[in-house]
Amino acid sequence: MMEPLLDVKELTMDFGGLRALDKVSLQVLPGEIVALIGPNGAGKTTFFNCITGIYKPTGGDVFVTPPGKKQRRISGMKTHRVTAQGMARTFQNIRLFPEMTVLENVMIGRHCRSRVGVLGAILRDGTTRREEKDIVDTSYAILEKMGLAEEVNELAKNLPYGDQRRLEIARAMATGPFLLLLDEPAAGMNPRETDALEELIRRICKEDNIAVLMIEHDMRIVMSISSRIYVLDYGRMIAAGTSVEIMENPVVIKAYLGEEEIEDDKCS
Amino acid sequence: MNAFAQIRQSLIIALWFMFLTFPILAVRVNTIEKVVEWRWPNMIYVGIGSFLISFVWRYFLERKAQGGKQGTHTALLGEATVQAMTVATPSVQATTATEVTPAGQAGAQTAKAPATATGKPFMQRIMAEPRLYRPVLMVLSLFGLAFPFLPFASTYQINIVTNALLYIMLGLGLNIVVGLAGLLHLGYVAFYAVGAYSYALLYYHFGIGFWVALPIGALFAAIFGIILGFPVLRLRGDYLAIVTLGFAEITRLVLENWNGFSFGPSGIAGIPRPGLFGMEMDLHQVTIYIYFLMIALCLFTIFVVNRLQNSRIGRAWVALREDEVACEAMGVDPTMAKLTAFALGSTWAGLAGVVFAAKTTFVNPASFTFLESAMILSIVVLGGMGSIVGVIIGAFILILLPEYLRAFSEYRMLLFGLIMVVMMIFRPQGIIVGIRQIYEFKKASAKEGNRQ
Repeated sequence: MMEPLLDVKELTMDFGGLRALDKVSLQVLPGEIVALIGPNGAGKTTFFNCITGIYKPTGGDVFVTPPGKKQRRISGMKTHRVTAQGMARTFQNIRLFPEMTVLENVMIGRHCRSRVGVLGAILRDGTTRREEKDIVDTSYAILEKMGLAEEVNELAKNLPYGDQRRLEIARAMATGPFLLLLDEPAAGMNPRETDALEELIRRICKEDNIAVLMIEHDMRIVMSISSRIYVLDYGRMIAAGTSVEIMENPVVIKAYLGEEEIEDDKCS
Repeated sequence: MNAFAQIRQSLIIALWFMFLTFPILAVRVNTIEKVVEWRWPNMIYVGIGSFLISFVWRYFLERKAQGGKQGTHTALLGEATVQAMTVATPSVQATTATEVTPAGQAGAQTAKAPATATGKPFMQRIMAEPRLYRPVLMVLSLFGLAFPFLPFASTYQINIVTNALLYIMLGLGLNIVVGLAGLLHLGYVAFYAVGAYSYALLYYHFGIGFWVALPIGALFAAIFGIILGFPVLRLRGDYLAIVTLGFAEITRLVLENWNGFSFGPSGIAGIPRPGLFGMEMDLHQVTIYIYFLMIALCLFTIFVVNRLQNSRIGRAWVALREDEVACEAMGVDPTMAKLTAFALGSTWAGLAGVVFAAKTTFVNPASFTFLESAMILSIVVLGGMGSIVGVIIGAFILILLPEYLRAFSEYRMLLFGLIMVVMMIFRPQGIIVGIRQIYEFKKASAKEGNRQ
């Protein structure tokens, strides 16, 4: 049994009296593409915000095990520290840096992998120049891989929607992650773009050996791409399994379609 | 047709103005001779004046509205040229394959400039092309060097230009906080005061000279910047503005009321001017000396700010301005980024403060009111946030204009205000829009293994 990259144990999040996440457990193994699905308001994005440190979870633990390193507890860690650990995310509503160029957007991702401080920036010594060149080259290589090489000097806000989505992934890739967290990467895309995205995610997973955990509503891409699927409803994890298991699971069908006569014993 | 409609609209406005001002300007009751005087010429002036103003106003608004459309049009054209360039030079790129070819890069720049500029691509084009801006820069620097020795350069003239240079430094410092990091800072003058009082008090108590006080003043201001930075880390926008404003007022009130420390409203006098190897200089010579000192400090500021802007730290600041949540999620520590922005911004205020104390030889709290903060902020906003050239132009306009408008004495502040209002309506992004750096990069297609 491989050590899971991400191990979430009984994560709980309360907003005042509202329990947004109730003892949610989830694992991502190396090389996996895992999908997290659920109806609107189920707490999927809250889950992402909790494990990336944007919210402080009120209970439970989150552990990460970067490849070749020891397990670390990251719950309660600050967001930028979590990213430095090797978990990078994208956002449901695109959050690029609109007035910066495409290349600069990706270069920001390299921030946590570079060291030069104020003095180095002013003096611009050999170390700084080498590091800067490394940042630019790495960022450009990522953009080339993502098929955005043509637009490097364009402002991010001027990109078409689909490219902006890809740029967000590119920016997350630049942080050198072992796990990508994608929040609805296919939202607002047409079927052709979705197919391209699916291809891209597969490639990232295979070539760069980055595991993917994604929230998605588009069932076509979820069913075809994921090794495993978790289903969240009202803050509870109601099912987990392969795509076939999930599709046939009556509890999941109930959560989505509101069917009534279901025996409770299948719920686990 | 459109022009006709515009003229008709302006005519209506003119008539309306004539009607409104008729009782005040045209009718006068002469109470001595008990007759009503009809001053028809006044009416005609009002009519023609309001017609012209309204027409010009409409014309510029129209142009501004069309400017946006033209901008996108040229941007498209620019893209087309880039594509043409890349098509035309694939062999070069394939063979050298290390850097962008000059042609491709120039194309990229011309494509970018119109895309960012909305109304005035002219300035952008000049700034993007070394062949165009180098001669301009040469002439300007020659003029800068020769200025104090020109026949019309009286002590007064040199003094006001030195003052403008001082504000360039302040503007560039505030530009780090407001323009780059996007933190609305209304209390910048507090750090200016810290610098000035550092020198004044250090001289008064310990007899420390200008050159030693300069770095110490900067350091004190930076420390104050960090002290202010900590409590306001969580604040943004309006809230941050209020807190920084309050901080500046606290600083000023402390200086005004703590007599034992700062000698209250009467201030500290007799601060020595900067020395030059113990040479004796008369007032005019010292003025020239301070002028060159300020030129050197300004160049130093421009150099440092430019380097910071195009560094890892500078990018982090801009990212912080654009989207704080995303910035943090991409691994930038917002606490560090904000504190460095505050500290570095304050450093320049501290430097400028020391020079200010040395230049005027006298400091008191009245020099550090909120109006001063507002002035520096106006320089940054008018010039163009995040643009070094913009801030320089902004400082010259805002500091020199009121001086040269002294001829209109009581109307000068009115004109000044009018210029600001008109500027914000027609060009809210400032005189110069900050352009993003274009990087040279290695085409990774040549070899795969350059990612580590």
